[in-house]
Amino acid sequence: MSPTRMSYREALRAALREAMQRDPRVFLMGEDVGRYGGTYAVSKGLLEEFGAERIRDTPLSELAFVGAGIGAALGGMRPIVEVMTVNFSLLALDQIVNTAAALRHMSGGQFSVPLVIRMATGAGRQLAAQHSHSLENWYAHIPGIRVLAPATIEDARAMLWPALRDPDPVVIFEHAQLYNLEEDLPAHWESNADISHARVRRNGTDLSLLAWGGCLGKALEAAALLEGEGISAEVIDLRVLRPLDMDTVLASVRRTHRAVVVDEGWRSGSLAGELLARIAEESFYDLDAAPARVCSQEVPIPYAKHLEDAALPQVPMIAAAARRVAGRDA
Amino acid sequence: MTATVAPPPSGPVPYEQEFALRLLADMVRIRRMEEACAQRYGEGRIRGFLHLYIGEEAVATGAMHALGAQDNVVATYREHGHALLRGVSMAAIMAEMFGRREGCSRGRGGSMHLFDAATRFFGGNAIVGGGLPLAVGLALAAKMQGEGRVTACFFGEGAVAEGAFHESMNLAALWGLPVAFLCENNLYAMGTALARSESRTDLCAKAEVFGMPALRADGMDVVAVHEAARQAVAQVREGGGPVFVEFQTYRFRAHSMFDPELYRDRAEVEAWKTRGPIHTYSARLKAQGLLDEERFLALDRAAEEEVAEATAFAESAALEPVEDLLRDVCTPPEAGP
Amino acid sequence: MLELRLPSLGADMDEGKLLEWKVRPGEHVVRGQVMCVVDTAKAAVDVEIWQDGTVAELRVQPGETVPVGTILATLLAPGESAAAPPPPAPVTAPPAAARAPRRRISPAARKRAEELGVAVDDIPGSGPDGAVTLQDVELAAAGAMAPAAAPRPAPAASPAAAPLPAPVAPPATTPAAVPDHQAEMRRAIAAAMSRSKREIPHYYLALTVPLARASAWLRDHNARRPVTERLLMAALLLKSVALACRRFPEFNGFWRDETFVPAAAVHAGVAISLRRGGLVAPALHDADGKPLDQVMRELSDLVQRARAGSLRSSELLEPTITVTNLGDAGADVVHAVIYPPQVAIVGFGAVAPRPWVDEDGELRAVPTVIASLAADHRVSDGHRGALFLAEIRDLLQHPESL
Repeated sequence: MSPTRMSYREALRAALREAMQRDPRVFLMGEDVGRYGGTYAVSKGLLEEFGAERIRDTPLSELAFVGAGIGAALGGMRPIVEVMTVNFSLLALDQIVNTAAALRHMSGGQFSVPLVIRMATGAGRQLAAQHSHSLENWYAHIPGIRVLAPATIEDARAMLWPALRDPDPVVIFEHAQLYNLEEDLPAHWESNADISHARVRRNGTDLSLLAWGGCLGKALEAAALLEGEGISAEVIDLRVLRPLDMDTVLASVRRTHRAVVVDEGWRSGSLAGELLARIAEESFYDLDAAPARVCSQEVPIPYAKHLEDAALPQVPMIAAAARRVAGRDA
Repeated sequence: MTATVAPPPSGPVPYEQEFALRLLADMVRIRRMEEACAQRYGEGRIRGFLHLYIGEEAVATGAMHALGAQDNVVATYREHGHALLRGVSMAAIMAEMFGRREGCSRGRGGSMHLFDAATRFFGGNAIVGGGLPLAVGLALAAKMQGEGRVTACFFGEGAVAEGAFHESMNLAALWGLPVAFLCENNLYAMGTALARSESRTDLCAKAEVFGMPALRADGMDVVAVHEAARQAVAQVREGGGPVFVEFQTYRFRAHSMFDPELYRDRAEVEAWKTRGPIHTYSARLKAQGLLDEERFLALDRAAEEEVAEATAFAESAALEPVEDLLRDVCTPPEAGP
Repeated sequence: MLELRLPSLGADMDEGKLLEWKVRPGEHVVRGQVMCVVDTAKAAVDVEIWQDGTVAELRVQPGETVPVGTILATLLAPGESAAAPPPPAPVTAPPAAARAPRRRISPAARKRAEELGVAVDDIPGSGPDGAVTLQDVELAAAGAMAPAAAPRPAPAASPAAAPLPAPVAPPATTPAAVPDHQAEMRRAIAAAMSRSKREIPHYYLALTVPLARASAWLRDHNARRPVTERLLMAALLLKSVALACRRFPEFNGFWRDETFVPAAAVHAGVAISLRRGGLVAPALHDADGKPLDQVMRELSDLVQRARAGSLRSSELLEPTITVTNLGDAGADVVHAVIYPPQVAIVGFGAVAPRPWVDEDGELRAVPTVIASLAADHRVSDGHRGALFLAEIRDLLQHPESL
């Protein structure tokens, strides 16, 4: 079977279509997912194919329709709720944290919530401070939910179905910069459909670059740059932000003895901080240099292009951090 | 504040004796159970928040008897009575209050989070207004699956100030979902009187904004409650979309065990007690010859015995081992639905 | 303002109960005067004041139990008036002299140094901020402390990324900017050998190996070759040891975490003495699988580079067994010391004609060498050791097959 070239958006759409076809309990609900075709055109054409009952436009009521997704999941359906951006998901944070994540434990194991919530995240399109943030770590903080960050065409295509099969809530973060990404879909993508593990995207020996979502591409670019300088960087795609696959991360750090985490979130209280803390806790004596983080500057993401670029992790910063950790910045 | 309250509920009870007495017995069961809870709380056996329903029993009693076994129930943190009348055993409720493994939520929920999958009791939700979107979703699932389920969603009048109320009412009306929104208006959101939090205190008017039929009933009168609930549930079940019912009621006890009750007069509470749901209903039954003192004492004694057994069960029930602390955070891989 | 705090009147005292005040506010007190009585759970103890002053305020009442360090009373210092503004809160005085900054040593380097028995304090650091890295430790442990000439190892995953990066000079901030390499090497050898003798229960065996056939084969082989391509007996000896390791894997590997870890390949360490003193034992990789000519070429290269100080750290860390040949110096037999974490070392003395009784019972002068084995008794026993030496002997009887 030859690989098929497709965009990240198309891969997501193919995954949605497959899920709708395979399971009549699955339906998609969110703002402008139907007639408009999806804010990022992910669900374009699905309304015509599956009808308004299953491709369900909602009012601008994040709290109610995310909560309704929880209720529908409890009632035996398999809803996929699309939230336009992570910034808007804050309006529904109560339902996600206080209900979806807590219900199983709070009910003594009686009620699971098989709900999938998809949302766009991240900056880079000059959308300023209310449409650009990366708050994945807020969700990764919450016990009771699984948090995914597909960064490749393969993961965009493959992660949805296992997410729907998960009996507990799953939050999927789609970095808005990735929708137009085009890659070959590997022939055997289905056998890689996994929502538990991080993956080594590039082998290396001198340091481990940890990244996910919108930063994976930057980390790989930095690794290519570093190779020309004689620094061999291993790139780990975290993929699953909760629960963290520390086995893969630590195995890499134990090989390379050095770690740099790239995180589009702000540094204070970041997921990068959590990763470094765990590396320090569990692999302190394997470290040959203080680990480093490349995060967004601590500022609401600004509109102007040059300021936005300066606020985000970029390839040269990643490379510089890697050189420093590898002791090659002299 | 001058305490002017309506006259006590009166008039004939339009039910056969058995059902009429069933309503009375259930109100008494709730009352006795909660009195025992208050006592155990004083002894330090029950901790956390404990929100008593004493005074409001007619609402849960009248409404629960209007629902069928296939229906869904979503309740608030003042839900002991709802859980009991939905069919959760008093022993499981008490054990939950005591934090025991045999509690209906395995000791993870406590007073505010009683759950029971078997009776489709989707819990005590302690986020004010938090249960409404959940109920909308349950109703959506029922509609999509073509089931005849009605979702009964209980909430207090305090929830009306939350965005979740407005969003959920709109969504349910927009999509014509089978939900009965049952508002227990006990006049105070903790200590904040309705008039101090709402620009417009007519709650039915708020429902009408969404084009939703709205009923109002005396929440101290179990007959009025039951009739209004029956009407609402029937209308919802017939596919007429959501219905809103306001039950005007009053709690005789503090908001929770921490509440010094600075916000209302003793006189007001005493005035409302003249409308107490149990004694006014008993008086009506006696006037009709459906009840005598002996029968009342018998059903009261039965309730006390049930409470004594439930309490004994809870006290002797096992605690969840600490090694099992992390169970039920996520579903074990082999146990997926 | 002076303070009287509840003193710790014993290592196990965390708190005390005030029993009685012996002074009153306004009273002038002198150094040494008993201020109050405190019950420490063991006894009632008088608490005295260490300065002269005037009692300002009694802050703890009799009957109160307070933790050690609690202010019991405040006093006015002599000359201080009660109306004076309160002085700033007492600050714990910082240590008078700033201590020397703590040496930066990476956790991995510290752990490895411990394993290798290397003193980290004198190793120059090449990492970020002059920190001592894993590689610094390994270089030091290998006794090849020649930072000016020792290039970094090429990244393993990109062997094509030649040429090697420029040598890294020790950062100027490093205190030991000009290390004494001789002394360091001595210390490294001392540490490794002390550890070996301290930890490894050695046993020793020796076997005389006739080399008549090997010598004849060598003579014949070399006669047909230019000088630069000639073989030395050392190459045959090395190859025979490497080959013997295939059948006796318990001599080829490492003792780690209280267990023997056999090595997958045979990287024979070649002990090379350096002209200025000291020695190194770099690995001749996969010695068992290489033709003799290649073994010879690599052996020459190793000796040359060892003496030039340009060995790679990987070569110094990777030997799975060591071979030491002291024949040139005239020794007959070697009782060698194992280089930890290896578990065996094979020694060869001088190759010389010695009296030999051959298979026919005839006494003849035959070139022989005494092969000796020092092995780790935690891993192998003498019986296997003897068979291992015999295997080496037998292999050397068929030089054409080596």
